[in-house]
Amino acid sequence: MTPAEIRKALTEVRDPEIPVLNIVEMGIVRDVRLEGDTVHVEITPTYTGCPAMRTIEESIVQTLRGRGFQKVIVHKVFREPWTTDWMTDEAREKLRAYGIAPPPPRADDAPDLIPLPFSVARGPTVPCPFCGSEQTRQTSAFGSTACKALFFCEACRQPFEYFKAI
Amino acid sequence: MTLETLDAALRPALFEYLLRLGDDALILGHRLSEWCGHGPYLEEDIALANLALDCLGHAEALLTLAGEVEGRGRTADDLAFLRDAYDFRNVQMVELPRGDFAFTITRQFLFATYACLLYEALQQSAFEPLAGIAAKAHKEMRYHLRHSSEWMRCLGDGTDESHRRAQTALDELWMYTGELFEVDDTLRTLTEARIAPDMAALQPKWREQVEAVLREATLTVPEDPPYMATGGRRGHHTEHLGHLLAEMQFLQRAYPGAQW
Repeated sequence: MTPAEIRKALTEVRDPEIPVLNIVEMGIVRDVRLEGDTVHVEITPTYTGCPAMRTIEESIVQTLRGRGFQKVIVHKVFREPWTTDWMTDEAREKLRAYGIAPPPPRADDAPDLIPLPFSVARGPTVPCPFCGSEQTRQTSAFGSTACKALFFCEACRQPFEYFKAI
Repeated sequence: MTLETLDAALRPALFEYLLRLGDDALILGHRLSEWCGHGPYLEEDIALANLALDCLGHAEALLTLAGEVEGRGRTADDLAFLRDAYDFRNVQMVELPRGDFAFTITRQFLFATYACLLYEALQQSAFEPLAGIAAKAHKEMRYHLRHSSEWMRCLGDGTDESHRRAQTALDELWMYTGELFEVDDTLRTLTEARIAPDMAALQPKWREQVEAVLREATLTVPEDPPYMATGGRRGHHTEHLGHLLAEMQFLQRAYPGAQW
């Protein structure tokens, strides 16, 4: 198998918290190298404390063992830090269909966070993943996982999660 | 420089420094996690647990690196669960009991402002693995800062009761802020090697940013006290750390090597 084929095999590894996405389309897989009979896979955490990372590492090893690689080493790299900009368009659409508002492209000139007046600090405009309305508001900057925030749609009266742009 | 090209003479100071950074994150994260199930309302309960998780993430990365720099095979878990209080290098501010919500938020605000400036500067560290962790942690700490500075305004510029509690917390915490910027031989060695930033340059920026938010929050910046609390970086802690460790380390002490 070539590194490209190994990368393809890694599309079978899902994020346990968001099972509609695989780790390649999320931009978590940074590099795949073959040295002799050892596969080195470099991954980057979405958040440093993401509890799904351990499960993802184990799934990578298991998946590649299934393809005949007995030696798989998973390296965690932090630089450059993961950004939602590495998520493919297809992944964003999958998120939306799953009921999670996908992250918009990150603004390069994102303002420093202090001191922000209240009006700016309220957060971005996020279209509802169910009805598309922009009449939504953030109910909490934090959600069920580190990567998400909670929103509410005033149009269809549906609470939903938003995948934060970082 | 990387782990392989690191000058052996720098290892003890760098190990010490990584413990300081990692222990700050670990102990603060533990204090935040104590709110789980006790937050003032559901969304804020979740928010505090999320902040705790980020802190634990930073602690794991920093203490893993500390173990690698030390070179004695100690893992992040060994360092977190098998050291006693006098081996911890966190500032005293983070070990203080969580207090009321205003106290937790005020500490979070003072610390996050410091951590944002520090991690921003550490991205330029000559020690590449640390610069990488700093780049990641900086992103997350900015989110923490946004959360806590919004809350400072809500509490300070809120009701009489919320204002009183925020001001009381600020007055109590102020004497613990000096330690964040203390410089000693360890730090001087690393600043010279361009691994750590010059803390004296960060302090005025911290002060400026903190004061800007406090002004908006209608809170009074406390007078600098004649005595600033100190000692955490040398292993001298308040009585509270031992109690915290008793809870945090109980399982590994009672059932050594337990895993799940």
